[in-house]
Amino acid sequence: MYWRRTLIALATITHKEIQRFLRIWVQTLLPPAITMALYFIIFGNLIGPRIGPMDGYSYIEFIAPGIIMMAVITNSYSNVVSSFFGAKFQRHIEEILVSPTPNAVILLGYVAGGVSRGLLTGFIVTLVSLFFTRLHIHNLPVTISVVFLTSVLFSLGGFINAVFARKFDDISIVPTFILTPLTYLGGVFYSISLLPEFWRWVSMTNPVLYMVNAFRYGILGASDINIWTAYGLILFFIALLGSFSLYLLHRGTGLRT
Amino acid sequence: MHALKLENLNKTYASGVVALRDVNLVVEEGDFFGLLGPNGAGKSTAIGIISSLVTKTSGQVAVFGYDLDTHRWEAKSALGLVPQEFNFNNFETVEQIVLHQAGYYGIPPRVARRRCERYLRELGLWEKRRAASRTLSGGMKRRLMIARALVHEPRLLILDEPTAGVDIELRRSMWEFLRHINRSDGVTIILTTHYLEEAENLCRNIAIIDDGEIVENTDTQSLLTRLGTHDFILDVQQDLDRLPEGLEFSLRPLGPRQLEVEVHKDQTLTRLFAQLAEAGIHVSSMKNKSNRLEELFLRLLRDRGPEDRRLA
Repeated sequence: MYWRRTLIALATITHKEIQRFLRIWVQTLLPPAITMALYFIIFGNLIGPRIGPMDGYSYIEFIAPGIIMMAVITNSYSNVVSSFFGAKFQRHIEEILVSPTPNAVILLGYVAGGVSRGLLTGFIVTLVSLFFTRLHIHNLPVTISVVFLTSVLFSLGGFINAVFARKFDDISIVPTFILTPLTYLGGVFYSISLLPEFWRWVSMTNPVLYMVNAFRYGILGASDINIWTAYGLILFFIALLGSFSLYLLHRGTGLRT
Repeated sequence: MHALKLENLNKTYASGVVALRDVNLVVEEGDFFGLLGPNGAGKSTAIGIISSLVTKTSGQVAVFGYDLDTHRWEAKSALGLVPQEFNFNNFETVEQIVLHQAGYYGIPPRVARRRCERYLRELGLWEKRRAASRTLSGGMKRRLMIARALVHEPRLLILDEPTAGVDIELRRSMWEFLRHINRSDGVTIILTTHYLEEAENLCRNIAIIDDGEIVENTDTQSLLTRLGTHDFILDVQQDLDRLPEGLEFSLRPLGPRQLEVEVHKDQTLTRLFAQLAEAGIHVSSMKNKSNRLEELFLRLLRDRGPEDRRLA
């Protein structure tokens, strides 16, 4: 009985979250499709042929996995951060806090919403990429698992940001000043083998590099890093951010007086 | 059975403000209970703790015998809250708000839809079920919050100033609805309100909280009998040139055809009318000078603090 009720609560939050981003699809699903199409046109079609092949692939083939992953990361993060902060701001988060829904279910529900938007956006961008290049899936289980786990990780990041945010400015600081630089410098547009030794070493401290490369390995079969290191890192950060999110919910940080 | 039991409840905010001091309170099952107090007395903090929106400093809260800390699911499932401020998603429809709330309590969708229809119809919102909540009037929003709080059919319903800003017609219909669910469905109700007429009309038992402490906790009738005197305004049929002398009652003219009279609790209105008739004064209408509970409330607080205490 308890588990059935808990599952209904989880399904409700997840459904509500999916309903939310689908209702405002012009703001949530359309912009990444347009932005990523522009990346493909400019970097892939116009500049790409002048750059030449990278790691044995045409430039547009090389950047396609990174661009898809970039869409997944930013959309997973922004879905949770904006939805949860919006619920705090309008105070309708109290509907859930007053209810018996366990904290883990609240977290899972919001993360499920973020993952749903992240994966749907990734799928849309993949469809867009097919207008510009052909994608050969080298390893389907790796491709799916890496994109899923990365989406979970950044949804958790968005949740923590939303818990601490007090005003709307606070939900754009992390994406603008941390997430975007990490993603652009995470090997989306280049292979780190092109970098001098020092900058290659600096790049190796960027966790996004491991996710982008693991995903690129799943699609192209080429990667700058060890795939198992990438899995280990992603799972470690999921465990870390997940535990911290639950701790924040338990303490009621930013939610309870 | 105790619907709600607060034991040694304390709350000190991070700023150092002490909101609750060793509050002990019991509300019996089936009661219609009023929690009154001036602004900042601790009512909302107490309700916040009961509904898990405020973290307590110490003490215990039990809902129908279930401790809120150790039996969260059972305690919270038995509780429904209608908060003071609108706190629903402005972009969701009326129906979505109620159905989502049911989902958070683990109510299966089919049951939730049936209950949603019942409460939206009873509260006159069924026709508006597909309207975005932001398009509703203030009164409709208040009713929506009640429907939302009832969809999981709680045994204890807490209403934090449910009729604030609601017109008199709607207020009366909400009173009827609350009486109905209290009597027919057996829902225990705890009400906070600034309209003391509302508390006098609805509540069987009343607690008054002031400065974080419960200063009165008794049944409404016993509380009202503590008023030593009761002031009435009388409209009389003829102009009064002078006040009659030798009456047992203290009279004060308010206008040529209006009198204020003080009736002690050992005096009767029958005696007053008889004496006025003997003096040739015929009363055409009579009303309370102020709400009795309001008068008592003000006296209680005046006795406890400075006379210029700011009341709601």
